[in-house]
Amino acid sequence: MANLGPGKAAISKEQAGLRYPSNGKTIYHRPLHRSKTAELSQSSFAYLFSEMVSYAQRRVTGIQDLEKRLNLQGHPVGLKLLDLLLTREPARTQTRPLTIIALLHLIKINLWTHLFGRQADRLEKSSNPDTPDEYMIVDNEPLVNAYISVPREMSQLNCAAFVAGIVEGMCDGAMFPARVTAHTVGGKEEGEMWPGKTVFLVKFQPEVLEREALIGKG
Amino acid sequence: MTVFALIIINKAGGLIYNRTFHEAGLNKLSTNDYLVLAGTFHGVHAITARLNPLSNPAARRISTASSGAQTRPEPPSGLEVLESENFRMQCFTTLTGIKFLLFTDTTQANVDLTMRRVYDMYTDYVMKNPFYQLEMPVRCDMFERKLASYIREINNR
Repeated sequence: MANLGPGKAAISKEQAGLRYPSNGKTIYHRPLHRSKTAELSQSSFAYLFSEMVSYAQRRVTGIQDLEKRLNLQGHPVGLKLLDLLLTREPARTQTRPLTIIALLHLIKINLWTHLFGRQADRLEKSSNPDTPDEYMIVDNEPLVNAYISVPREMSQLNCAAFVAGIVEGMCDGAMFPARVTAHTVGGKEEGEMWPGKTVFLVKFQPEVLEREALIGKG
Repeated sequence: MTVFALIIINKAGGLIYNRTFHEAGLNKLSTNDYLVLAGTFHGVHAITARLNPLSNPAARRISTASSGAQTRPEPPSGLEVLESENFRMQCFTTLTGIKFLLFTDTTQANVDLTMRRVYDMYTDYVMKNPFYQLEMPVRCDMFERKLASYIREINNR
């Protein structure tokens, strides 16, 4: 191995790792604030996401396990998007959200617009007095599920668990630790307007509510 | 003008999708008969594709030489349309060898367009679905729903 030239070693290393564009410009060379021409093909995303789901499906024991894996795939995306979206805000609103409502608005408006080109359809607080820590983000037709038909024997599954992971990453990054899960609520009756309607249930940790109450008093 | 039925055959000649849209158009066959129909059509199609005189190697060489560029000649299409007194069957073969058979009224116009749309839906709602296994029967709710509403639109025109 010692007599191999440095050139050969470099080539083999290049093949093993990430491949860079020939002009050397990676995604990190692009201006951070440009968001005008950032649209991607929905088809290529659909194929990529389909493979992500297939990948997550390997060696899983059940539907909850599968959703957990999709959630984990989305989590780092959310952590990074929090920073990116705040950086893109105008200078005076560049602070991280301090209240639950401000955070959820950032998610509903900025995150959704960045990822899906439109806002989330609704934001709700749980009306049940036993669960004041639960909030709901409603999306009538999640983009990730646009081409996915879940088989009947897996009807509990919602592949938007990936998006739930992104939301969870964003909450965690903003120091609002939470559990976020995706639930299908549409499609109960035939001919309903939004058969793919999905609710993202955001359940904050107790310490978040405690802090919220303290801020409210002050 | 009516679209009666759609059949999809995989590249091995197996029936992977079969749906009737209009009850009065064609007689209902048993599932077994549909499987036989798919297999038989697959065989006939393979033979008709070999009958095509343009597909012999010599003609292929000329077509690449005359155009200069590295163009791939059209693959032999084989049987495309089959017409009877009561229905017209159009066959569309994808580059991957999947066959779509559309049974329509004999007066139906723009079947090519309809076929194209059906193929679009197949690529969208079947191929992009992570739960679909290649070459296996198509069981995708979303595909069923979109197909049904599109064909209903045509049949009610």
